[in-house]
Amino acid sequence: MTGPALTALAPYIVLAGGTTLMLLAVSFVRRGPVTLGMTLAILLGTLGSIGFAAGAGTQHLDRFLLVDGYAHFFTALFVLAAVATAVLTHGYVDRRAAQREEFHILLLTATLGAMTMAAAAHFGAFLLGMEILSISLYAMIAYPDRGRAPLEASIKYLVLSGVASTTILFGMALVYGETGTMAFAQALGSDGSVLLRVGQGMILAGLAFKLSLVPFHMWTPDVYQGAPAPVTGFVATVSKGAVAALLLRYVATTDVLSLESLFFGLSLIAVVSMVAGNVLALLQDNLKRLLAYSSIAHMGYLLIAVLAVASAAGPEMAAETGMVYLVGYFAMTLAAFGVMTVLSADEDVEDLADYEGLFWRRPLLAAVLAAAALSLAGIPLTVGFIAKFYLFAAGVQGSLWLLVWALVIGSAIGVYYYLRIVFSMTRQMETDDESAPSWWGPATVAVLGAAIVVMGVYPTPLIDAAREAIRAFGG
Amino acid sequence: MNILALILLMLGAGAVAGLSEKFHPAAPKWISLATFIVTLAWVVAFIVGDGYANQHIAWIPRFGINIVLSMDGLSQLLVALTLFLGIVAVVSSWTEIERRPGFFQFNILWVMAGVVGVFTALDLFLFFFFWEVMLIPMYFLIAIWGHEDKAYASMKFFLFTQISGLLMLFAILALVYLHYSATGVITFNYYDLLDADLGGDIAFYVMLGFFAAFVVKLPGVPFHTWLPDAHTQAPTAGSVILAGILLKTGAYGLIRFVVPLFPEASADFAVWAMFLGALSILYGGFMAYSQSDFKRLVAYSSVAHMGFVLLGVFAFHEVAGSLVVNELAVQGAVVTMVAHGFSTAALFMMAGALQERLHTREMSNMGGLWTRAPRMGAVTMFFVVASVGMPGLGNFVGEFLVLVGAFKANIPLTVAGALGVVVAAVYGLCLMQRSFQGTPNADVPSMRDFGLREMGVMVLMMAGLVWIGIHPQELLDLSAPVVQTLWVVLP
Repeated sequence: MTGPALTALAPYIVLAGGTTLMLLAVSFVRRGPVTLGMTLAILLGTLGSIGFAAGAGTQHLDRFLLVDGYAHFFTALFVLAAVATAVLTHGYVDRRAAQREEFHILLLTATLGAMTMAAAAHFGAFLLGMEILSISLYAMIAYPDRGRAPLEASIKYLVLSGVASTTILFGMALVYGETGTMAFAQALGSDGSVLLRVGQGMILAGLAFKLSLVPFHMWTPDVYQGAPAPVTGFVATVSKGAVAALLLRYVATTDVLSLESLFFGLSLIAVVSMVAGNVLALLQDNLKRLLAYSSIAHMGYLLIAVLAVASAAGPEMAAETGMVYLVGYFAMTLAAFGVMTVLSADEDVEDLADYEGLFWRRPLLAAVLAAAALSLAGIPLTVGFIAKFYLFAAGVQGSLWLLVWALVIGSAIGVYYYLRIVFSMTRQMETDDESAPSWWGPATVAVLGAAIVVMGVYPTPLIDAAREAIRAFGG
Repeated sequence: MNILALILLMLGAGAVAGLSEKFHPAAPKWISLATFIVTLAWVVAFIVGDGYANQHIAWIPRFGINIVLSMDGLSQLLVALTLFLGIVAVVSSWTEIERRPGFFQFNILWVMAGVVGVFTALDLFLFFFFWEVMLIPMYFLIAIWGHEDKAYASMKFFLFTQISGLLMLFAILALVYLHYSATGVITFNYYDLLDADLGGDIAFYVMLGFFAAFVVKLPGVPFHTWLPDAHTQAPTAGSVILAGILLKTGAYGLIRFVVPLFPEASADFAVWAMFLGALSILYGGFMAYSQSDFKRLVAYSSVAHMGFVLLGVFAFHEVAGSLVVNELAVQGAVVTMVAHGFSTAALFMMAGALQERLHTREMSNMGGLWTRAPRMGAVTMFFVVASVGMPGLGNFVGEFLVLVGAFKANIPLTVAGALGVVVAAVYGLCLMQRSFQGTPNADVPSMRDFGLREMGVMVLMMAGLVWIGIHPQELLDLSAPVVQTLWVVLP
């Protein structure tokens, strides 16, 4: 390995090395604040090293990893999400589990897996990243040992996610058998043989499972509901974001969507996800399940960016759309689950009915949750609007009319249940203010809420960052 | 004039008002009132002074989106009306709001800031942005401080506006994209898009997207069903703002965007739009007549009055073989907007005052109130008569100009619209008779008449209507240049 290659890998080295240190350290020091401090130090070190690594330019490492601006952009996003998750779990996990130190280690390894997926340029890296992430998640979901729900959720996720992984693996084998290459290249999509199509179809189906797209969405509400709130937030953002980042790069570098049957199939999945996710969310009274169905719809929206790769909009516009969209999605989803986590410090607060009067009891948390809900609904002043605007722009530019219409209809339905959240918080004006038991949780969600509004009002820095990161993307 | 500073001042004052609740429960309303007075004085001074403002600040260069704020005659008129009705809204809810007054005034100031933005934005993205900014605070006003059925009404209001807004967003993007594919320039600037040359069929559908958003807001039959619920359930200040100002944003959108951006498509669609207008006048009138709820009656009368706006804006008529925008009718629509802003705001304020005193909006529980509160009776009489279209008051001028103009365009629909004036007299006098006249209802408790505070704003609004009614020329001069730029000759 050369010097620039090592430089480019700096974030991965810092995170992997830091995680190893943590493994050693928790054998000696088992104190919450120390573990949290170390975790944050490692994550912030990783974040800091991105700037250093970017100096090395785009590095293609043995056709295995492609460390470029795109990968760095998502690394930064995943690390920030991990920081938020680490702070939010502090005080949450230790009330529910006998030992809390290992949770932070799992969080770090999951982040490492996600980062690997964002840089993957080869089936090997693809699988490696995905499994590091998934296996960490199984344990994170089941981590609270007081209560059965997390365990149930973890088993469900383990079994179904395992099936998806093997489906992807089988698909990879078929594609490799047909083309003789495992590196992402145009050849993976150009040939129209049946086996190749089946193989690509299996890979896309497995990824659709990880993104919880209809009809592969069955696990989502149960896992969301059973998992501890901060972990649900992590699954909803980092896990799906990593898969989405990989999917975007995969379709941009392999021409797989030039196979019409796959393009059509994915379009169908997108439309059905947008409509079914939103319709099913209407029926929910549990906030976690509601957000689960909402995330199904949102991943359907995201597919517009993926499909725009093979349309007149082109891969760069598609990638830019996907990046802006995911940043917005991360901020609003983490904010929603963050508020839930802060409120659930002692016992789980998940039913919509429990949120009545929150505006008067905990104005800050309610304001953040309202911002998140309105952002998920795509109302201006929030980053959710900018994200949706991008999807509209990409869809219109790529002439994906069916998808744009589904986006309009899905958003229209979605307004209703997001507003239900806001409305229930405004009820029962008589209740008094409650004091906050801790400051770090509310502070974290306040930052997320501010991010939603600031990026919604002045998105230019975000757009510039995304455009800077994807120069020469897909080329 | 720095319009952005004006809007930011209102947003900032809203935040301050929201926080000031902790220091004194009366602080928010004073802050809110002071803000509206100061901003109104600012705008009036500007109108009297140099009279033209234009701001251009880069916002999202990636998509050619800029903060373009401008204030020509039409905008000046509507912004001044907005700020004045802000004062009315604050005064009308002076004693009504007991819970969370800070957040209440926050919402009032933010919705008004959004409206000022809507009336001044000349970048389509920015316009849509403000269009939605005014929506959320209004939702909160209805959902939190509304009456018994507030959940249903606020949700219906939000869904109608939001869904039609999405159609408009779609149309805006389609327009920008078509302009982009023709010229290679991405821009949301109003003036650039005015030059966009769209193919006939597509222009028609894009125009319909805009029309949908504006006609829902206006509202025109059959997209009006959110209005009676929202107006009736909203707190008094909410009704005043909704009827006085928010409906005007729909009318403004038709005049500012639909007709100039799509002159040919609008002319093609004109008969249907005029038909909807005439239908709104008659249907709104008949529905108003059949109401027993004071507020609901006034709400339906708004549907009828806004029908005149629709009728006027789309009254394209033929001059020397080509279709042109009907200046007289559009001017009439503008006058109707302002006059209706005063008269309906006053009637909703009256409905709120009655509900605060009697705890009912049912007219069957009223009757003979004039003897108990003569000042309220006289004020109601004035505004009912104004709303009916009595010559010498503002509403008459507006409706008359619309009908005279529309007569040149389509006689059957104009006749139908004129019949609406008769219906208005029926429901207006019914309202008066059932609530203030007749035998006094023995169950009605004694009630306080209007005091100095209420009479003050009422007298101001009366003066406004009399001024428009007797000397409308100044108002017409203010909006004339804008209306004349619509004067596009069509083949």
